[in-house]
Amino acid sequence: MSGGLQTVPDARGHFGIFGGRFVPETLIPALDELEQEYRKAQQDPDFQRQFHYYLRHYVGRPTPVTFAERLSEYLGGARIYLKREDLCHTGAHKINNTLGQILLAKRMNKRRIIAETGAGQHGVATATVCARFGFECEVYMGEEDVHRQALNVFRMKLLGAKVIPVTSGTRTLKDATSEAIRDWVTNVRTTHYIIGSVVGPHPYPMIVRDFQSVIGQESRQQMLEMTGKLPDVVLACVGGGSNAMGIFYPFLEDPVRLIGVEAAGRGLHTGEHAATLVTGRPGVLHGAASYLLQDEHGQVKPTHSISAGLDYPGVGPEHSYLKETGRAEYVTATDEEALQALQVLARMEGIIAALETAHAVAHAIKIAPTMPKDSTILINLSGRGDKDVDIVSRALGGGL
Amino acid sequence: MSRISERFSTLRQRGEGALVVFVTAGDPNPELSEKLVLSIAEAGADIIEVGIPFSDPLADGPTIQSSTFRALQQGVTPASTLEMIARVRSQSEVPLVVMTYFNPVWQMGVARFAQQAAGAGVDGVIMTDMPPDEAGEWHPVARQHRLDTIFLIAPTSTPERMRLVAQMSSGFVYCVSRTGVTGAREHLPEEVPQMLQAMRQLTELPLCVGFGISRPEHVQAVCRIADGAVVGSAVVSLIAQEMEKGERAVLSAVHRFVKELKEATRAR
Repeated sequence: MSGGLQTVPDARGHFGIFGGRFVPETLIPALDELEQEYRKAQQDPDFQRQFHYYLRHYVGRPTPVTFAERLSEYLGGARIYLKREDLCHTGAHKINNTLGQILLAKRMNKRRIIAETGAGQHGVATATVCARFGFECEVYMGEEDVHRQALNVFRMKLLGAKVIPVTSGTRTLKDATSEAIRDWVTNVRTTHYIIGSVVGPHPYPMIVRDFQSVIGQESRQQMLEMTGKLPDVVLACVGGGSNAMGIFYPFLEDPVRLIGVEAAGRGLHTGEHAATLVTGRPGVLHGAASYLLQDEHGQVKPTHSISAGLDYPGVGPEHSYLKETGRAEYVTATDEEALQALQVLARMEGIIAALETAHAVAHAIKIAPTMPKDSTILINLSGRGDKDVDIVSRALGGGL
Repeated sequence: MSRISERFSTLRQRGEGALVVFVTAGDPNPELSEKLVLSIAEAGADIIEVGIPFSDPLADGPTIQSSTFRALQQGVTPASTLEMIARVRSQSEVPLVVMTYFNPVWQMGVARFAQQAAGAGVDGVIMTDMPPDEAGEWHPVARQHRLDTIFLIAPTSTPERMRLVAQMSSGFVYCVSRTGVTGAREHLPEEVPQMLQAMRQLTELPLCVGFGISRPEHVQAVCRIADGAVVGSAVVSLIAQEMEKGERAVLSAVHRFVKELKEATRAR
């Protein structure tokens, strides 16, 4: 590639002014070790072979791209394609990363795994690979999320993981992440922390992006095969931003619009949202400099989204960089719009998407009608919605 | 010479270790917090670390998380903390160190923060989540304003890391006694002497040990091998515990405890 967008981060983990390692000294040697091991693994054909073997035979890759024929007709503009990460084992893209990281943990001989989770999808994906490869697994989850994602809590327990409810702060993903970092600082010699998104201190944003970029690599090829050209727009929801980074990355040097959709919650004007890139400003949280929802004194603000996976005040540093450079655009969808989109997709295509994913679908519903009929939109359908049916039914005023 | 360095040279002459005490600014309330800092100085603390609360203190255990939360509830900000420090400074020559996380400093603006901190009478700054690798902007600005830059080493630090910390630090080096977060503990970890020995070979700077130091006997043991001991959570939890009995109870309990801790630095 000729451009510079795929050459970040630099040697010290910076994406422009973003990224870096803002963590206690105790963790720096572990981050160095992880980075060294990862760079070795990248060059190691055995590691690559193993990773791709399990992606194919365990995760179920490649996932298909589905032409959303009825939805496209209904919207009357661009043709919409769905990258079906909901068909991955465990029901979301998260396992692409947990698989890669468990193989790294094995190389580093760390037998205990910890993770944070919001919606529970990353927790389930971590518990799954821990079960498959025989690792001890503890997952930190905000108490509020433990309640609203009860199904995933039970799945993690079935998989043999211990779920630790976090009662500090806002009791959501932000505090689960802080607590996981505290555990890691304490047990760093024996424990690998599998971060679930493109956030955290270097090298995590790079590693998670690379493991997730299989989504973009496959779908770029699939779109060329199915439509004879690249998509005009690639859409993905953004909480921490791993599914978006995974699908964006292989398209960075292409003439393709990349749009990330953040959670506008009850509306940007209400202040109850999680639209970090759209309304925040640069700050430092959980080990990296990136856009952050914070008050004038640098205190992190509480967030709201109907989707637990997007309910996070930070975002991956590379997204901040893509925003600053203008390479990607970031927009929002409200709780209401996501709920609508979830129903539209279910009825038109027979696919029940996760509430996170529904934010990306909601934006497609807004822009597709304004685009020419020969244009195409590729949506990263990052996860399936089984975990959300209870929340959706309550939001729509019914019981199960 | 900075107030911090002066204090260490005085202590060295006297053959004492330094007692470094941490409190969260504004805890349990802004007015009492200011009185507490003065009382802690009066009781014999050699250096006082004043914590600027940050909403997401990921290096802190439950005790300091709670004090942080109490302070934020009271509306404590970086600016109000520096104002408090300025008032303390007008009444005391005790070396004062600000301890915080990078974000509140970054949001104020690194240069503006350094200028205001120096103007308020702050002598040094510790940012728990800023290793020297990320201090490229901070370090020269702090030096320009004669603020000591105090970095941390941990039991996991490699010799290269220790060398970097030695190069970038002034005032003293904060030696984290164990892998983990802040909080009172029963016992001192065994790996501390080794870490101190390694660091001694790389720097002349005083070495202070913190994290888990909660009793006079811990302070005494630490001062045998280090230049000072940092006590944080034990003081902060005493403040919380005595608060039900009223302000005077808090002040006298903390004063008594700090005096005991200081005594222990003389018994090495």
